[in-house]
Amino acid sequence: MEELSKRVLAGDIRAASRLIRNLEDQIPDTYVAIKELFTATGNSHIVGITGAPGAGKSTLIDELIAAYRKKEKTVGVLAVDPTSPFTGGAILGDRIRMLRHAEDSGVFVRSLATRGSMGGLSKAVGEAIHVVEASGKEKVIVETCGVGQQEVDIINHAHTVVVVLVPGMGDDVQAIKAGLMEIADIFVINKADRDGANKLYQELLNIASLSRNGDTASSEQWTIPVMKVESIAEPLKFAESVNLLCDKIEEHYQYLVKSKLLSNRLRRKTTAELNEALWGSILQPILQELNDGGEMESMVEKLVNKEIDPYTLAEQVAQRYVKK
Amino acid sequence: MRKIRVLLAKPGLDGHDRGAKVLARCFRDAGFEVIYTGCHQTSEQIAAIAIQEDVDLVGLSCLSGAHKYLFPEVARLLQERDAEDIIVIGGGIIPEQDMPALYEAGLKAIFTPGTKLDAIVEWINTNVKPEA
Ligand SMILES: Nc1nc2c(ncn2[C@@H]2O[C@H](COP(=O)(O)OP(=O)(O)O)[C@@H](O)[C@H]2O)c(=O)[nH]1
Ligand SMILES: [Mg+2]
Repeated sequence: MEELSKRVLAGDIRAASRLIRNLEDQIPDTYVAIKELFTATGNSHIVGITGAPGAGKSTLIDELIAAYRKKEKTVGVLAVDPTSPFTGGAILGDRIRMLRHAEDSGVFVRSLATRGSMGGLSKAVGEAIHVVEASGKEKVIVETCGVGQQEVDIINHAHTVVVVLVPGMGDDVQAIKAGLMEIADIFVINKADRDGANKLYQELLNIASLSRNGDTASSEQWTIPVMKVESIAEPLKFAESVNLLCDKIEEHYQYLVKSKLLSNRLRRKTTAELNEALWGSILQPILQELNDGGEMESMVEKLVNKEIDPYTLAEQVAQRYVKK
Repeated sequence: MRKIRVLLAKPGLDGHDRGAKVLARCFRDAGFEVIYTGCHQTSEQIAAIAIQEDVDLVGLSCLSGAHKYLFPEVARLLQERDAEDIIVIGGGIIPEQDMPALYEAGLKAIFTPGTKLDAIVEWINTNVKPEA
């Protein structure tokens, strides 16, 4: 396991991908390797790209990679697609759009399935980001599928969240407003060649002017920009508008650094990670033991028969396990 | 528990990926994670993607007759990159007389048109055992 982390730090792609897989497959003791990477993380800019399936996120990311490469930045991409709830399998198709970067050693793309975790984000994604960071990628782009409230947990991982919308989705915009609007740092109207782009632009401007993203304590505020990305049918214009988006993403990062929001976000991110780690090291083993020993089952039995209430049971378990 | 990861690729010039899509769905339904990459990849791209994705298996399909060169090339590139543990299988219209050379080059199975999809899934479940 130590071996693997050393190889990741040396930039070995196979090792990075295997380590991510160990996280996904929940191979015991994977955290040992993650521990060793921890000090090498935290220096990359994490960019979340989210929006409905088919909104053109992967196509956009392909061009964004090109824009970053022009600036000589190295890029990691974690592309998350849903696991089929019926079979546990998944079709991960984001790479189709990014083929041209496959051989560039400055670019690492890894597809992940949600594996049934809530929030549209793979449970392993937070740690996978660490692995990509440790392998030396300066920009880490996380593509997540899905819409609505569930996406909110992406903010625990990303510094800059780009929400991609497409004209002509009608009511969806209403639904999306609730969740995504609160997490967006930048709005992108993709496929701006389509009917309704101007209407959507106006709607988003209104929302953007209302929702002030950021903490009110800071003197500087970030007004959420609304960017139009031209159709891929016009490659030059498309590339040009993605270059502008790339600059805007950079601007947002600089804003975070200057306004101290970066350290706030880091706090939020590490708090979430610590919570997970505590959950894993304290609750998980207890649950395991209760399950293995059959105690869980007998407790459930008691509850079903209304012999006792869950709170008293939990207190009893806590008294046994938790020493102050 | 290891989940089997498969890369499906369709190198060569023919542009129909309907068959590959059907296979992708079939693999998903068998519980595999399928990295689906559409058509027209080069062997270099396929090898690079297989490594980045840490797949157990690369499934190549080719109808244009270029399998003779492309399939062995993918296997060779994986070997060159210390990734010979990634299994390579092929499918498509492959004449009987081409098969020995493909096996010689490192392919582990070749499925010709008419093979039942279930048989491919079964082959994978029998032969692909990702190490813990
Ligand atoms: N008309 C139009 N189609 C686009 C544009 N960008 C992407 N698409 C198409 O939209 C489909 C979905 O794109 P994809 O990037 O895979 O979307 P994702 O699911 O959000 O990652 C593909 O068929 C793309 O070719 C655009 O700017 N204009
Ligand atoms: Mg996509």
